[in-house]
Amino acid sequence: MNDGVNGVALGVFIFFFLAVTILGFLAARWRRADDEHSLDEWGLGGRSFGTWITWFLLGGDLYTAYTFVAVPAAIYAAGASGFFAVPYTILVYPLIFTFLPRLWSVSHKHGYVTTSDFVRGRFGSKGLSLAVAVTGILATMPYIALQLVGIQAVLDVMGVGGGEDTNWFVKDLPLLIAFGVLAAYTYSSGLRAPALIAFVKDTLIYIVIAVAIIYIPIKLGGFDDIFAKAGEAFSQTNPATGKPRGALAPAEAGQWTYATLALGSALALFMYPHSITATLSSRSREVIRRNTTILPLYSLMLGLLALLGFMAIAAGIKVSNGQLAIPQLFEDMFPDWFAGVAFAAIGIGALVPAAIMSIAAANLFTRNIYKDFIKPDATPKEETRVSKLVSLLVKVGALAFVLTMDKTVAINFQLLGGIWILQTFPALVGGLFTRWFHRWALLAGWAVGMVYGTLAAYGVASPTQKHFGGSAKEIPGIGEIGYIGLTAFVMNVVVTVVLTFVLKALKAPEGIDETSPADYTADAGDPGVQVELPPATAGSAH
Amino acid sequence: MSDTPEVRPPTVTPVRVVIALCLIAPFVAMLWVGSYAKTDPAFIGIPFFYWYQMAWVLISTALTMTAYQLWRRDQRGRSSQKGGASK
Repeated sequence: MNDGVNGVALGVFIFFFLAVTILGFLAARWRRADDEHSLDEWGLGGRSFGTWITWFLLGGDLYTAYTFVAVPAAIYAAGASGFFAVPYTILVYPLIFTFLPRLWSVSHKHGYVTTSDFVRGRFGSKGLSLAVAVTGILATMPYIALQLVGIQAVLDVMGVGGGEDTNWFVKDLPLLIAFGVLAAYTYSSGLRAPALIAFVKDTLIYIVIAVAIIYIPIKLGGFDDIFAKAGEAFSQTNPATGKPRGALAPAEAGQWTYATLALGSALALFMYPHSITATLSSRSREVIRRNTTILPLYSLMLGLLALLGFMAIAAGIKVSNGQLAIPQLFEDMFPDWFAGVAFAAIGIGALVPAAIMSIAAANLFTRNIYKDFIKPDATPKEETRVSKLVSLLVKVGALAFVLTMDKTVAINFQLLGGIWILQTFPALVGGLFTRWFHRWALLAGWAVGMVYGTLAAYGVASPTQKHFGGSAKEIPGIGEIGYIGLTAFVMNVVVTVVLTFVLKALKAPEGIDETSPADYTADAGDPGVQVELPPATAGSAH
Repeated sequence: MSDTPEVRPPTVTPVRVVIALCLIAPFVAMLWVGSYAKTDPAFIGIPFFYWYQMAWVLISTALTMTAYQLWRRDQRGRSSQKGGASK
């Protein structure tokens, strides 16, 4: 660990941070529409983004600072099993190719801002819509908290995180400033701020990865040496478990885990509210399909990034907290100024998703809790005001979370969040293709998945933790170790299908479907689809 | 295809089967972990397990692009057919 403050790196970091702050506030003027007081404007950037902005926005949104820190950290800790992030992101794109354009179309036709809006409209069920909204908010909160953990890791390595003995206020001050600034420009500029900052973030990230993947192996004597050293390190017995630390390729027993983690995570990714927010902000259906063909560029970057975990081992980086492995590798390998650029990339990489996530969570609250249950006659202006305030609250909550609780709590909740959000898949994606499922069956399936997933995750112990020690557990009936979220999802679907048969036999009321089949394939320019939607007014936009 | 304009094109066509295959192939390749869980042959020092999956990023991108192009052609064909039927 570094003893003093790395002045040059810190200077470069502050420079980039100031630059994006200015950009964030200027964003409010960028592509501004006449009516800035609607939720479409603030929360979806006027739904006007084209292919490239959407690409940067989605990339900036999905590949977060935490990803950059956590994926190589997982490799650093255990080798091959951490690489599942790559097949996971490979599978995401063919998957969303099939359903995301349908969601775009129906949302555009009916003025839906959130996934819960769609579920309510499709199934005529406020209860199901509430379940989806609450799941979304619960899953997003710890994700925002983890972005802060990402910033903290960088600050720690630069030496401004303070030691254990510094006063808490001095220690957390940099983080408080970063977050105050983020909150201010999200409040004033809405989704336009992260969209604009995403350009800077991704440019920096690509530069850093490109340099790291060429420069560090040269310094370490090539990939042969790196993997030879890593293989040696992994074969050492871990005193806590009595087994080797990891492996360069997953053993037979780990392959189910690997595949189910990849598949489950891929299914879950576009259930997250922030992914949907970025998707709905795009201008047309084509923009989304085209994006599924160019977004994999980020997956390639993620794969290269993961390899940095091996480099950290080969470079002899020894950190007690795996999260610090990559920032420490940058600090040790790069000249100070470039380490500053790399840290800025991670730091800004935290701000973009944190902003989008807080906007997405705020939209969910405003549309599906405030408007549906508290104040049904809220005007678009009121909706926007509530959303802005909630976006602040969400961020303050995440900050309090990180500052008052142990980091592992945030990570545990993030793990749970992934399991939870996957349980909204049948209602959302099922609903996009068929109205066959019964709304009460979907609700019951969701509940079963949530309860099983939570209990199963609670019961996983690891050498360091009694509960929430991991996301994989024996699959009942198969006996292999698999991702809990996927097991819960299968149970969810089974319960939904069985209950749908039962409820249909009992002739339970189906609810009113306000959508029609043609809505799912409508595109901008088609009759009845306005390019600029009227201000979002729930349920009444026909 | 058909001379009678009121006949709708079939839902399952060879082009659509190809699109589906393009989209399903990555799932088969990636979820069959046993097929690539090994370290040899290495490529510029990177074990097989890693470079193979990274190669699949490129392969799946190519497949999704193919699916996208075929789908667009399919849609264009259908809308022109529909236009012909309604005149």
